[in-house]
Amino acid sequence: MQRDRRRALATGLALVAGAAMGAGVLAQGHERVVKVVARKWVFLPSTIELKKGEPVTLEFTSPDVVMGFNAPDFKVRADIIPGQVAKVRFTPDKAGTFTFLCDIFCGDGHEQMSGTLVVT
Amino acid sequence: MTIDRRKFLQLTALGGGAVFASGLAGCSHMPGASAQPDFYFVQLSDTHWGFNGPAVNPDARGTLPKAIAAVNALEVQPDFIVFTGDLTHTTDDGAERRKRLGEFKAIASGLKNRNVRFMPGEHDASLDNGAAWKEFFGETHYTFDHKGVHFIAIDNVSDPTARIGEEQLAWLKADLARQPKDARIVVFTHRPLFDLAPEWDWATRDGGPALDLLMPFPNVTVFYGHIHQENHHMTGHIAHHSAKSLIFPLPAPKSQPKREPLKWDPSQPYRGLGFREVEAEPGKAKYAITELAVGKA
Repeated sequence: MQRDRRRALATGLALVAGAAMGAGVLAQGHERVVKVVARKWVFLPSTIELKKGEPVTLEFTSPDVVMGFNAPDFKVRADIIPGQVAKVRFTPDKAGTFTFLCDIFCGDGHEQMSGTLVVT
Repeated sequence: MTIDRRKFLQLTALGGGAVFASGLAGCSHMPGASAQPDFYFVQLSDTHWGFNGPAVNPDARGTLPKAIAAVNALEVQPDFIVFTGDLTHTTDDGAERRKRLGEFKAIASGLKNRNVRFMPGEHDASLDNGAAWKEFFGETHYTFDHKGVHFIAIDNVSDPTARIGEEQLAWLKADLARQPKDARIVVFTHRPLFDLAPEWDWATRDGGPALDLLMPFPNVTVFYGHIHQENHHMTGHIAHHSAKSLIFPLPAPKSQPKREPLKWDPSQPYRGLGFREVEAEPGKAKYAITELAVGKA
């Protein structure tokens, strides 16, 4: 229970920090953090720019229903549960433009819910 | 059946495509089901009743009835008909979902052939774990045997995460344990059981374990839907054949950045839509596919 509370507090602090910077991208030491909102039926932002070889953590939140994040080209995915922060950490190992999608059927607009990773 | 089906089909294909033979080459003298007669069934898929998008199908409410009429007009009726999912187009409104399922069922009841098997797609079942679908059509996974072939309908859509699930995999394992090793097995499912294009959601998250269970059987063929086009793929010795849709075609896997319906072409109405006949030769574990068009194409 205490662990859950600590995690919730940490999450809250991270969200506050994100809001204070007024941007979806944070630098934590040497690591990039990109905050992404998954809501019916879009990812915001839907285009995420990354650097090849640079570790990144994507932090997902959903304000409405359970969503999924899946980037098959990098073999990373996560369940995005309302009220929680889903973190995906990986290092892009190739450059190019890659599709990611919601892989949990979430409603009328589910099939349009995708985005793009642009790795340079 | 006394008529030579293949010859008959060649004579009557309604703008249909090539006959594609699947199964194992060189197995013309297999034991077991060799005494079983040939037969054929019809596969229809992805009818998406309730879809509204004039740019991709201005005849959304007319295409399914046309397909039903085309099946009824077949000179030799199939042994059975199977719908491999996405009978209806998804809606967040449970009452509307039931309305669409009811309308679909009423239209499908116009088939002359009363031996009809239904399966759900994610549009029908993923938002309520198949609850509404079951009210109209019963179980979402089942088996049946027909003239020497063991048919298995696998549900990979009622779980919104595109999983078959441990419970159903255990059921599949138990069913396969009862089959002889030379059983002729045909699997019906909605999503591909292999990773055709995961970035387009054309996969089953635990399809691999299902294929692992099927691999020890040398005579397995899979027919599925979901991707709104013909596609033929082998995983080991298992052949996978996807069917066309009856609402709109989708682009070839990974052929463009986004998976978006192909636009309606007034000069070629109903292009890319259709259904198929599958002629089974149980003695050879072979399946000959004939694609048939719908509408005016």
